[in-house]
Amino acid sequence: MIEFDGVGHSYGEHAVLDDVRLRLDERRVAFVGANGSGKSTLARTINGLVLPSSGRVLVDGSDPAKAGNRVRSRVGFVFTNPDSQIVMPTAGEDVAFSLRGKGLSKAERERRAAEALAEHGLAGYADHPAQQLSGGQKQLLALCAMLVLEPDVLVCDEPTTLLDLRNKRRFVERLRGLEQQIVLVTHDLELLDDFDRVVVLDEGRVVADDEPRAALRYYRELVA
Amino acid sequence: MSHVIGLYQPGRSPLHRLPAGWKFLGLLVFAALVVVFDRPWQLAGFAGVVCAGYAVARIRPGLVLRTMRTVLVLLGVVFALQWWLLGVESAVVVCLRLLVAIGAANLFTLTTRVDDLVAAIERAASPLRRLGVRPEMLGLLVGLTIQAVGALSVIARQTREAQRARDASRSVAAFAVPFLIRTLRHADELGEALAARGVGDESGSDAVPSPASRAE
Repeated sequence: MIEFDGVGHSYGEHAVLDDVRLRLDERRVAFVGANGSGKSTLARTINGLVLPSSGRVLVDGSDPAKAGNRVRSRVGFVFTNPDSQIVMPTAGEDVAFSLRGKGLSKAERERRAAEALAEHGLAGYADHPAQQLSGGQKQLLALCAMLVLEPDVLVCDEPTTLLDLRNKRRFVERLRGLEQQIVLVTHDLELLDDFDRVVVLDEGRVVADDEPRAALRYYRELVA
Repeated sequence: MSHVIGLYQPGRSPLHRLPAGWKFLGLLVFAALVVVFDRPWQLAGFAGVVCAGYAVARIRPGLVLRTMRTVLVLLGVVFALQWWLLGVESAVVVCLRLLVAIGAANLFTLTTRVDDLVAAIERAASPLRRLGVRPEMLGLLVGLTIQAVGALSVIARQTREAQRARDASRSVAAFAVPFLIRTLRHADELGEALAARGVGDESGSDAVPSPASRAE
C-alpha cells in the first residue's frame, strides 16, 4: 500500500507537486501526464529519491523520509535511460552488484544473478559486456538488477520511452508477469489497457484517477 | 576511437584464474620494475613478458591490435616530443616503458572481472575499517572508475556525431560544452540509480544520498 498524504514539492520557486492525496493498493497503477506535470517527481517520492517539501509518503506504513533504507530495500526503481543504470561492466556483475551487503557468498551472488538473467530473457549474457547490449536488453538488465532483490513494489519511470515498439511490448509483457505491485510512469498510453488504475497529473495535481479507459479519455481531452 | 582499457574477455587460462588481488599486486610490482629499469634491452625483455602473457591468456591478436592502435598513435606523439626535447635514446626508453605498462594493464583488465577486483580491494581494505575507511565504498569507487572510461567514451562519440551532423565545425567549445553537460547529466542519473539500488544505505544512515534530480 502506497499512500500520498498531501504531498507537495517545489524546486526553488517552481512548484511541481501540489497537495497530492492518493492511496494506491492496486497491483497495476500508472501515472500519466504531460512533460512537467510532476509524475516523475511523484514516482521518486515513493523510494525517497525526492523528499516532499510538504506532506508525507507512506510505503506499507514506512516513511521514506525517515526510514529511507528500509523503504528502498522494498521498492525497486527502473529509470528511463538504461545506460546510466548500469554500474558494472558485465551483465552478471551488474545484477550481482545489487546483492552486495546481503551477506551472500560470491558464488551464491553469481548463481542468483545468472538465475535472474535467465528468468528475464538474458540467459547466457552473464559475461557479456553490459554496455554492448541493445537498448531493450539493457532495460531488461536494469529490471533484473532490481528484481533480484525481490522488492514488493516496482516503480518504473518511463522505462519504455527509449525503446522501439517491439522492445516496448516485450518489456511491458515482462512487467505483466510480475507479482510485484507496479507503479508505471509512462507516455505510452496503449500499454495501459489492462492496468487497474490510471492517475492523470497536470501541473502537479491529480486531475483524474480512474480505470484506464475513462482516465485516458480524460487525458486525451486535456492535451487536445 | 576504441577503448584504451579493454573489456573483460571470458576465458579459463591461468591468467584468468589467478586471484584478482594477487594479479593486481603483480601488476603494480611489474609497473614499478618498468620504471626502475632503464635500458632498452631490459625493457624489451619486459615487453616480451607481456606478449607471452597475451599468448597464455589466448587473447585474439585482432583485439589487441585494435586496442593498441590508439595507444600507438599516442606513443608516436610522445616519441616525437621526447626525441625533440631529450634525444632519441630517452624517447625509446620512455615509449617502451609506456607500451609495456599499458600493455600489462590492458592484459589485466582483459583477464579480470571488475567484480573480482572490487571484492579483492574490499578485502584488502577491510583492516582500514577501524580508521573510518569504508571498504565497500573504495571497491565501488574502483568499479565505477573503470566503468566511467567506457561511459565517457560513448558520450564523447555521440557528441562528436551530433556535432558532425549539424556542421563540420572544429570549434572546441562546440564539443566541450555539450560533452560536459551530458557528462554531468550522466553523473546525476548514475547517482540516482545508485541511490535507488541502496548504495549508501548499508551504513544504516537514512539520509538521502543526493536528491539532486531535475525530474519533472
